[in-house]
Amino acid sequence: MIQITKADYEKIIAHAKANLPEEACGLIAGSKDGDIKKIEKVYLLTNIDHTNEHFSMDPREQLAAVKDMRSNGLTMLGNWHSHPESPSRPSEEDKRLAYDSTVNYLILSLMNIDEPVLKAFDIDKDKNVTVEPMEITE
Amino acid sequence: MKVTVAGNAKDIAENTTVAQLIVDEKVENPDYVTVTINDEFVEHHDFESTVLKENDVVEFLYFMGGGSF
Repeated sequence: MIQITKADYEKIIAHAKANLPEEACGLIAGSKDGDIKKIEKVYLLTNIDHTNEHFSMDPREQLAAVKDMRSNGLTMLGNWHSHPESPSRPSEEDKRLAYDSTVNYLILSLMNIDEPVLKAFDIDKDKNVTVEPMEITE
Repeated sequence: MKVTVAGNAKDIAENTTVAQLIVDEKVENPDYVTVTINDEFVEHHDFESTVLKENDVVEFLYFMGGGSF
């Protein structure tokens, strides 16, 4: 189970919509308590690919985010990115480029701009995908 | 020799290279890991030749990317 506050959920959606038609991306950090992963901070990063079909995070921003997490006692929980024109599910490229099997991959679909869909996934070393239940909290 | 790796203090052998540290730290998918030393990015082709020094601060960053289709 992964928990995200409504404010952070809306922060992701706002950033993704602001970056249309390009894909948007970022990192999530927080804490783990057993099977519960609580997102406590969302990082909005630059998609240096600047396209609607791909994303690559800016490594300098990624480094700064990792250092910020550490200084705030947060654990890297994973990353998020948007699919402007496709569903919320890992694409073949998403699976191929999921190099860290210890984190969650959040995908926001903006296929229907008025009804965004955010889901969380686990992608293991063999590229098997499972949906991680997500709860939006106040 | 003391260095910091991903925020953790480590004692490593003198003349340890970035490539050796990646092995020692059991980094998954090293071809897709970016390494910084004291906030400076190290090119992949320099991993074998870059030797760590006392008090270096090392970070491993996974490439994070994907696509819609």
